[in-house]
Amino acid sequence: MSHPEFLWRNPEPKPAYDVVIVGAGGHGLATAYYLAKNHGITNVAVLEKGWLAGGNMARNTTIIRSNYLWDESAAIYEHSLKLWEGLSDDLEYDLQFSQRGVLNLAHNLADVREGRRRVNANRLNGVDAEWLEADEVKKFCPVVNASDSARYPVLGATLQRRGGIAKHDHVAWALARKADAYGIDLIQNIEVTGFEMVKNRVTAVQTTRGRISAGKVALAAAGHTSVLAAKAGFPLPLQSHPLQALVSELLEPVLDCVVMSNAVHVYVSQAHKGELVMGAGIDTYNSYGQRGAFHVIEAQMAAALELFPIFSRVRVLRTWGGVVDVSPDASPIIGRTPVDGLFINAGWGTGGFKATPGSGWVYAHTIAHDEPHPLAVPFALERFTTGALIDEHGAAAVAH
Amino acid sequence: MRFTFDERTYEGRPGDTLAAALLRNGVRVVGRSVDLGRPRGVFSAGPEEPNALVRVGADPMLAATTVELYEGLAAWSLRGKGRVDLAEPAGRRCDKGYLHCDVLVVGGGPAGLAAALAAGESGARVILVDDQPVLGGDLLAGRATLDGAPALDWVAGVAHQLAVLPEVRVLTRTTAIGYYDDNYLTAVEKRGSGERLWHLRARRVVLATGAQERSLAFPDNDRPGVMLASAARTYANRYGVRPGARAVVFTCADSGHEAARDLAAAGVEVVAVLDARDGAEITGTTADGEGVLTGVRTRGGGQFAADLLAVAGGWNPVAHLFSQSQGRLRFDEELQAFVPHLSAQAERSAGACRGLYGTAEAIADGYAAGSQAAGLTGFAERASHHIPDSDERPPKPPAPLWVMGDDPATSFADLHRDVTVADLQRASGTGMRSVEHVKRYTTAGTGADQGKTAGAVVVGVMSALLGTAPGQMGTTTFRPPYTPVSFATLAGRDRGALSDPVRTTAMHEAHLARGAVFEDVGQWKRPRYFPLGDEDMDEAVRRECDAARTRVAAMDASTLGKIDIRGADAGEFLDRIYTNMYSTLAVGACRYGLMCKADGMVFDDGTTARLGPEHFLMTTTTGNAAAVLDWLEEWHQTEWPELDVRFTSVTDHWATVAVAGPKAREVVAALAPEAAELAFMRCVETPVAGVDGRVFRISFSGELAYEVNVPWWYGAALWESVLALGAVPYGTETMHVLRAEKGFAIVGQETDGTVTPQDLGMEWIVSRRKPDYVGKRSHARPDTAREGRKRLVGLRPEEFVEEGAQLVAPGGGEMLGHVTSSYTGAVLAMARDVAPGDRLEAVSGGRTVPVTVVEPVFYDPDNTRRDGDPVERVGTVGEWRPESPAGRFAHRFLSASSERVRLRELPFVRMWEVRGRDPGQGLRLGPAWWLVTGDGGREGWTDVSGQRTVLELSGPDAVEVLVTGCPIDLHPAVFPGYAQTLLGKAGVILERTAPDVFRVYVRSSFTGYLAEWLLDALSHPGSGSSPPSR
Amino acid sequence: MMLIDCPHCGPRDENEFTYGGQAGIAYTPDVDDEAWAGYLFMRDNPKGWFHERWFHAHGCRTWFSVHRHTVTHEMRPQP
Repeated sequence: MSHPEFLWRNPEPKPAYDVVIVGAGGHGLATAYYLAKNHGITNVAVLEKGWLAGGNMARNTTIIRSNYLWDESAAIYEHSLKLWEGLSDDLEYDLQFSQRGVLNLAHNLADVREGRRRVNANRLNGVDAEWLEADEVKKFCPVVNASDSARYPVLGATLQRRGGIAKHDHVAWALARKADAYGIDLIQNIEVTGFEMVKNRVTAVQTTRGRISAGKVALAAAGHTSVLAAKAGFPLPLQSHPLQALVSELLEPVLDCVVMSNAVHVYVSQAHKGELVMGAGIDTYNSYGQRGAFHVIEAQMAAALELFPIFSRVRVLRTWGGVVDVSPDASPIIGRTPVDGLFINAGWGTGGFKATPGSGWVYAHTIAHDEPHPLAVPFALERFTTGALIDEHGAAAVAH
Repeated sequence: MRFTFDERTYEGRPGDTLAAALLRNGVRVVGRSVDLGRPRGVFSAGPEEPNALVRVGADPMLAATTVELYEGLAAWSLRGKGRVDLAEPAGRRCDKGYLHCDVLVVGGGPAGLAAALAAGESGARVILVDDQPVLGGDLLAGRATLDGAPALDWVAGVAHQLAVLPEVRVLTRTTAIGYYDDNYLTAVEKRGSGERLWHLRARRVVLATGAQERSLAFPDNDRPGVMLASAARTYANRYGVRPGARAVVFTCADSGHEAARDLAAAGVEVVAVLDARDGAEITGTTADGEGVLTGVRTRGGGQFAADLLAVAGGWNPVAHLFSQSQGRLRFDEELQAFVPHLSAQAERSAGACRGLYGTAEAIADGYAAGSQAAGLTGFAERASHHIPDSDERPPKPPAPLWVMGDDPATSFADLHRDVTVADLQRASGTGMRSVEHVKRYTTAGTGADQGKTAGAVVVGVMSALLGTAPGQMGTTTFRPPYTPVSFATLAGRDRGALSDPVRTTAMHEAHLARGAVFEDVGQWKRPRYFPLGDEDMDEAVRRECDAARTRVAAMDASTLGKIDIRGADAGEFLDRIYTNMYSTLAVGACRYGLMCKADGMVFDDGTTARLGPEHFLMTTTTGNAAAVLDWLEEWHQTEWPELDVRFTSVTDHWATVAVAGPKAREVVAALAPEAAELAFMRCVETPVAGVDGRVFRISFSGELAYEVNVPWWYGAALWESVLALGAVPYGTETMHVLRAEKGFAIVGQETDGTVTPQDLGMEWIVSRRKPDYVGKRSHARPDTAREGRKRLVGLRPEEFVEEGAQLVAPGGGEMLGHVTSSYTGAVLAMARDVAPGDRLEAVSGGRTVPVTVVEPVFYDPDNTRRDGDPVERVGTVGEWRPESPAGRFAHRFLSASSERVRLRELPFVRMWEVRGRDPGQGLRLGPAWWLVTGDGGREGWTDVSGQRTVLELSGPDAVEVLVTGCPIDLHPAVFPGYAQTLLGKAGVILERTAPDVFRVYVRSSFTGYLAEWLLDALSHPGSGSSPPSR
Repeated sequence: MMLIDCPHCGPRDENEFTYGGQAGIAYTPDVDDEAWAGYLFMRDNPKGWFHERWFHAHGCRTWFSVHRHTVTHEMRPQP
């Protein structure tokens, strides 16, 4: 894989921008890119307190799919998947987007019922989906343990063939390169410490490198969104949790699809270079520590070996943790906030990577037009007051 | 010792690593690089190895420098990637262990040994872990003397002193891999063909992890024959292996000169010692046709023929664990290395891992660290220790050198990932400024060695490129594990049947004997149906349903959660939790109830009976039993502590058989005559075949039905008696058909966390009289109160529809709902904007089935079947014999027992749970919670005799068995005598009744799991590390 | 694996406990929709000290609250 010779400038912050995006992760960079590309807004700064795309973008397991149960979710994730399908060309960068198929395994009768329900809903929503019986699962993914006597027998699976993986760093760098080329300033090692407001309208951000005036401010800070919202004076229904993942050593090709199992909290794929990439369930407590407890990893590996006994002697090379912002219904929050000119895009929880282009697209539209993109309307903050949640817990408890 | 490499047979010596044995046999090329396919040789002598990654037996990829040789070992070279055996290799056993100590010392070199001894002598409980088979650390690799004698004599002396200290445990072949919150470390011990993952909780930690030599980047620095100088010295001194015949030594530090001296002493011809501090610089290397080193070129035209180039780039303290502990590093300008700076936990570093490289210095630092750790944990510090005299000269600062020569494209920074200096230059050209970006752009540091030798070079080169200091550049994050650890090691014994407890009822063996087909419901195994002959499921279910509708049938309902609720405010409490009223329920009556979460969505359902004025029994769904008990305790303890109410799980105490069908009364009349004429929704405490029992007349099928309860020990006898009286056994599938025909919803099937009681058409169960119940406020929110929500409906399909089919109007359009339950003759769905008579289409897979909406009741809408047939004939019941939960394991327990450890189930005893007032006896399990053993039950005590059984583990090795699955500290000075905790994956009460006798109280449904878990532990005796074997 | 000091059982491993989120949220059903949404869904999410609840599910089954730092994970009865 050869990368471009040049990716981004390292500019000093200017005193003022039309739009300041807080957070240069995947969603922040995609938002910047689509602000420029779709709406012609280029006087934009993306402020990153650490290194660009060094948060969850650098830590996720890169699974891409759109087979969500509810209409609202399917619409926004499918929009994203369609963007993924043209993104390497659009960004002129090999994102190693590989539509190798995503299996979600069913291990008991309730899983089977929910899997079929989701497949049928997906198909009616124009999302490709199939139900595989146990023998078809075995055929599609021969290395999975399909024995009847397994502790978690495989009774079937949903399959989204258009789902797959991409190389997360390439995605971030490709978006950053294009944004930079539009003249957008990507500024690293700058932390937003406060907001200035006049009559409930945001006018500037205070940062560790001084004050920056802003016509509009867009939060794209994932696990740290609550901290920023608190500085702006409004609460959010978000909790930040550790989410851990790991990679094995490099292996010759052995697994050519993505396998997920909600019941046992396992999701695994083999990256292009050869390492197995796996994720676990979230640690239960609130934390910004970017680390979790080891017993979560141990439980995950035990569950993984029930599905893939052949991996017993494969070795874990690295484990790590990210900070995910989890909303009460496992669906994102996109739109306006109680502060005029201040926008939010958060709550993607464990599944934000797959939404990167779709999220950036609708968020950029929302910022540019000062009103939610049609796909974002159901994801407004108000739903928690009315009770009209988009509850993805039931059918996709592990929403990666 | 004979071994093969790439199918050729070689001879090695005991104590060799595979890398040493390969070098002993003159094998120079041990693999090819991952991207460029360049030949590579052994580069190091430890876990930092980037090149010699080989397949060993069924292990896809191991560093040959960490593999102890054994007779018959078979290894193959790789191209930087492991190869997975597609058949799971057998014969490897991994397990876990949990230990606690006052002072944990990581590393058995001079500093670690001194620290362990100082702490141990003070009386502290000490654990020393070291990754090598023998103690000594770096002293094993050198020829230093202490007080004029070989340094290994000093090591042997300390090892002996440690061995006789009773509170010191030394774990060799044990690599500490992770350092987590609250001084919790994990370590992997090699044991024969498997590994043990230790979990170590320490009050203080001393890190004595030493230092690793770093490499340098220069043109063609990756050829076989280029090796770290410390490794060359290790092979010469420790293994008696000459890593080459003619050597050039290039050094930035004093250690290169030591290596040159030792290589010469071992018979290697040292043709040049080049010191960067004298201005020396390598410009390239030459190689033979296979790529193996033949010579070294230096700045100024120097050229040396050599087959070994020993490179000493200076030292990096091994700060991985320190960094994992969240400690902060600083860059030491003199050492040109990152060293520990600020500790985040109860920890300190000692010796070389904080930059004290001299042996005597390290020993002194180790003694100080060990004494201090003991002192901080409450033990007397010993004033002074003898620091031996070392013959080493005081070290001089290293040269700050990272890269040499003029060909960045062949100058490798990371050997495993084939990353060159040119790659780093490209990265800096893109605009990247962060070492984390560079790591990702180039993959430097992401290889199997995690960049242990490469990290410093990458930081050094990048800081030079960006014109900043290495200290400014920083390091990438050190992530656990320190060395790679196999999936199987992390899983331990949680494999196969032990991977998740299988919960079984008292009737489970009987179900197996009848050939039941099971389904998993949570952790439970429940019979789904009972095929006769070669019946398929449909045939069996038809027959079972027919029996229940026309005669009598029976189901094992023991898995339903059962919660004993007592107290003056029990009724009031239930009023607040359920949507309907309980405080007005008559004694002896039952009522079906729904409970919601605060968001108003249905959480659980079940029947709750009033057994006395202040005594209720709640039943829950199988899957939610634990969650409901948690829920009740949360509301009581955190919201309404003023209410007098107490909860005791009796799920495992009672075995339950549902008897359903018009002839059910005859079965009950034979078993419990007093109960036969119970009115609908009434219950009675009454003898059942002579044992204490309870009978509830409740029905989930529309037929006359009873739930008969007896203590666990009589569950199997009850089941057999019911069947002997003519009942046909049925499973969950038939249960579902029967309830669906009556239109009864199942929580978790008709509901999915987005369904209110009103959505289920159950307004009748939502009280309007009560001021509040959990969920009430949410039922008035705009979205839950609106029209047009999905409601429970029935469907008449034109042909079979699948569960999960989506409903649309004829011809398509939006989805209106989905099919939740589908059986021949009864189909339920949740759908919006539809009414009986509407025509819809059910879409599933590629099929579309026309359906008609109907009322969700398909059978006996007027409840005419409820009272069944009168008794015509009363059968007789045979004698009942109790069966204990572990009774079937008695023989296996006996044969697994030995002099070292014995396992048995104790004879039956009555047990009571007491809440509220101190009974003055028994085990206190919580602030107001006791477990009392013995016959004298009192008013208000809850009989839990069948809830648990007691296994006894005894003998000198009993503790060693328990530490493989019990996370709490069992040391006699700490363990309070009993505790409620975890053993494996089962909750237990652990009681020590004598110094080496433990009672394990385990819930009856978990007994099968725990028995298998203990038998598995007993089948693999032995402790301590052992040499590897196949 | 944090070590959590149960008021009844003493220090135990984190996996014996169930997490209960923010402490001190009063149950007040007689409020308007917005305040009720606050009770159901709005919880503090500070980066720093956090007053939170734990339940010793595999031990004495006691609910208790502690102050814990959400970055260092240090725990105290009071901050």
